[in-house]
Parts: sequence; C-alpha cells; structure tokens
Amino acid sequence: MKIGVCIKQVPAKDAPLAIAVESAWIREPDVTFETNEPDGFALEEALRLKEKHGGEVTAISMGPERAKQALKEALAKGADRAIHIAADDFSKLDPLASARSLAAAIQAENFDLLLTGLQSDDQGFGQTGVLLAELLGWPHAAIVMQIEAAAGRLKVKRELEAGWFQWIELSLPAVLTIQSGINKPRYATLKGIMAAKKKEIATVERASLGVPDAPTQRVERIYVPQKTKKTEFITGQPQEIAAKLLEKLRHEARVL
Amino acid sequence: MKILLITEQREGQWNKLTFEALAAAQQIASEAKASLSAVVIGKGVASLADELAGWQISEVLLADHDLLEKYTPDGFSLALRQVIESAKPDLVLSPHTYQVRDFAPNLAASLGKSMIADCTGFRHENGKLIFVRQMFQGRAAADVRFTGEPPWFASLQAGAFRADSAAKHPGGKAPVKTIAIELKPDQIRTTPLEMFREAKQSVDLAQAQILVSIGRGIRGPENIPLAEKLAKLLGGELCASRPVCDEGWLPMDRQVGSSGQTVAPKLYLALGISGAIQHMVGMKGARAIAAINKDPHAPIFEVADYGVVGDLFEIVPALIEELEKAGSAK
Repeated sequence: MKIGVCIKQVPAKDAPLAIAVESAWIREPDVTFETNEPDGFALEEALRLKEKHGGEVTAISMGPERAKQALKEALAKGADRAIHIAADDFSKLDPLASARSLAAAIQAENFDLLLTGLQSDDQGFGQTGVLLAELLGWPHAAIVMQIEAAAGRLKVKRELEAGWFQWIELSLPAVLTIQSGINKPRYATLKGIMAAKKKEIATVERASLGVPDAPTQRVERIYVPQKTKKTEFITGQPQEIAAKLLEKLRHEARVL
Repeated sequence: MKILLITEQREGQWNKLTFEALAAAQQIASEAKASLSAVVIGKGVASLADELAGWQISEVLLADHDLLEKYTPDGFSLALRQVIESAKPDLVLSPHTYQVRDFAPNLAASLGKSMIADCTGFRHENGKLIFVRQMFQGRAAADVRFTGEPPWFASLQAGAFRADSAAKHPGGKAPVKTIAIELKPDQIRTTPLEMFREAKQSVDLAQAQILVSIGRGIRGPENIPLAEKLAKLLGGELCASRPVCDEGWLPMDRQVGSSGQTVAPKLYLALGISGAIQHMVGMKGARAIAAINKDPHAPIFEVADYGVVGDLFEIVPALIEELEKAGSAK
C-alpha cells in the first residue's frame, strides 16, 4: 500500500505565542515550531499500516524552509521519503488554496491512501483532508479512530459526538482524517535518526504547481481574545491560595 | 441577501446544535435584512420540516430521498449541492457538528469554495459580514471575512450561541418546499454500518454537582490519586480532558468535551487543563469554574470565575490539607 501522510508544522503548544497584529499572523522568528499533534497520530497510523500490509510511507509538508524539520522527524520515525512543498506564503493561504496545492503535488504520486490529522493546532480550519478528497475525487471519512484494511477496501471507525462511533466501509484510494488518540505515536530511535539522513526530501515549489489561489476567505486580524468572564485571580503562598479559594467557593460562589 | 441554514437530524431526532445555529442565523438575517431558509435533509423527514416551519424562517426546504436515510458524506454533499443550486443562497450556515466536519468542506469544494469553520461570533462592519473564530487552540481570535463570489460557507461552534434565543414564527408557519433530489446508489462510495457506544457509561458526569477535572498538567497516572483525593473531599467526581483519556490514565467515560460528556455542575475545578475549544464546549455551562494552571495565558482562564496561576502540585495538596482541617474541626 502506498500511503501519503500530510504533516503540518505549527507553533509549539507550550511556547509563548507572539501575535503580529500588522500581518494578521505571528512573529515567526519569536516562535518555536513542532509537528502538528494530530498529524503525528496520522503518521503513526500510516507506519503501522505499512508494517502490517507492506508498501511505502511518504510524508508531505507544505510551508517555508522550516517545515523540513517536521519531515526529517517523520523520516526518522520510519517514513520512507518526503515531499516538501516550498511555500513562504503558506500561512496566508486559505484552506482551499492549501488543499489545491497539496492535491496538485499528490496527484502524481499514485497513493492508495492519504492520511491527515483531523485539524491543525494553529489555524484549525479542520478542512484540508476533506477538501483533498473532493479535489482528488476520492471517497473519505473524517475523524477516524481505527483502520482495518483488506483486499483493496477499508473498514474505519468514525467518531461521532457524545461517545458514539460508527464503522464505515470504503474502497481505495481514499482519504482519512485521523482523530487524536487513535494510537500511541512512537519516538524516533537513534538508528532511525541516522537512517533518515540518507532518505530523500524532494522539494516542489508551490508556485510551480500552477494552482489558482484566489482566496475564498481572508483573515483580517488576529488578537488575544476578549474575556467573556471576569476572572478573579487568587495569589499568595499555596496554603493562602487554598484557604482563599475555598472561602470564595463557599461564601461567594456558594457552590460548596 | 439570502441565507440557508443546514439543519441536522439523526433518526428523526434533532441535533440540538441545530437550534443554536438557527438562533445565530436568525440574528445574522435580521441584521443583514436577509431572508432565511432552512433545509431538512434525510429520509421520511417531512414531519421535522413541518416542525421547523414553526420557527421564524421564511421558508423550509425539504430534501427527502431514500438514499439519504443514513448519513453518508457523498449523499449529503450531492443532495445539498442540488439544494444550493436551486435556492441560490449567498450564505450557507451550519452547526459545527462532527457530521458537518465530515461533509461540509467537500460540499464547499465542489462549488469551488472553502468554509469559515467553527465560528464563535459575527458582526457587520462597513456592510461586510465578519466572522470571529479561534486560532492556536483558543489562544488567539481571528476576524475572518469571505472574499470572492457567493455562495459562502460558515459553521458555528457548539455552545457559542444560545438555542433558547431562537425565535418562533410570529404568526402561523413558514411554507415547506420540497426540493427534488436526484441521487443514484453508485454515487455513494462509502457504506455506513451500525452506530454504537463504546464505553459503558458507568458514571453520569452530567448529574454530578461538583467535578474535579484533570488535564495534561497532571503529568502521569501516578498523580491521579492526588486529584481523586481532592474530588472525594469535595464530594465530587473526577473527570478529565481528552488527552488524559487518550493516554489511558482515566477511562473514556470520564472525558468531558465535544467527544465526551457535556456537564453543567455547580463547581468545575480544572487542574492543569489549558482549555482547548473541544474541552470548553463540554463544561462552560458550569455555574462556577475555578482553574489552576501554570500558564497565565491558558484559554481556560477566559471562562474561569476563579483563577490560580501556579503549580497544581503545590496548590492541590494545600487544598487537601485545608479540607481535611475543616473536616476534622466539624
């Protein structure tokens, strides 16, 4: 099975976020980046499918030069090769232009299966995988929690709301968007990191793909959200905080 | 301007987010002096269309077809495309449900569009409709507007609008119009099987008056007993955000959020929870929210009544000590 996995590099969850008001984005030099967490689950699922059914795993990432780091990590974990779609303007693209660019690069690859994380932790459009399915003309399932593959067909468990699930059958080629928690992603081994140095990262310039990028939506402004509630912050030594908090909950909020 | 709301039902039962989206759609329509129609899609859903006609809507559209009995992304996408081509709305709204996440981008892309997804608010500015959505897991908000020609697509976040503010029809009922849908079995490429619940719900978190909830900040299963002890002393239940259950530190039936349970206790005490959108939609209805987190910028503080910026491994033992002291003094 030839499997493609779309991987995005996003600002690190725990690092401070430097919002750049003037560009409706972030000050990238002041931000550390990491692999989008849901995409890590998608990669792990691809590697497990390959281990079970044979084939090849290709990691694909769009973005500026830094995005190659996410691809290097994917190669170190066991992806066979990688494609970097070089795009310095990636953060400015709307979901459709992003998906069109990915689809254009993927079209030539003859993948049987394409996996994405269900959403990115930065823009959080949550659409790339499903848009890709439409653009590639493949069936899809979103928010997948389990994959069983046999004889050119897939049986996948989709997560619905409020603890409900549903099995769906579909034929290959197909696109699946992977829900976080579907597996326990592996760490790269030292051997994997060494082996990755010999693996290929092919670069495609996004501009060369000839994709129309007239946007369908535009981010005008980003900002720190206005608080909807007035939070009373309680400060002091741990023991003081504990006493004050319990006092407030008992006599002010009256919930204890 | 014409607005079309996509409603959601399963086996004849409304998804309740439909009415939150209806409330938002009515408000947008009233501000923009637009007409609002709403589509009901499924098989044998005429009675739901009739029910929907009792709300303040100009027209209810009925997309009824045998092949729409069970949800499939192909069936719904193809049928709704025919509805859009017939009704020619400028703006297509939907609740941001898991089902919408599965088909709406597909539907939009088939018309050369994308969707402004998971919106928490909107406003009109210089005659333009601006949607507000969260980015960076709620650490930032963004004002987003459509560019290019309609139809435009937007989905509305769970819990962002109040279903009880949706208005009933002022007099009588809206007309129901049936849209002829053409679908063939071979156009539907996925086969849905039975729906099921996995975790047996051994705790009904929705009934709990006090919830102590843990997030990634709890670090590992070895620290669960600490939170458990606090929950017990407060007379409450222990629950968690998704990563904790994904890791297997607590069973899935103790998960609060869009993929777990929705709760509305008197007190929700969040320990080491940053407050991802998916978690907050499940708990922001709590009467009082207290949060302990080491990151002062954690989104959880946006909904918290009481906040403590600090190390939960220092604060929680202090709380336990205070509660034990109070207990022994009684």
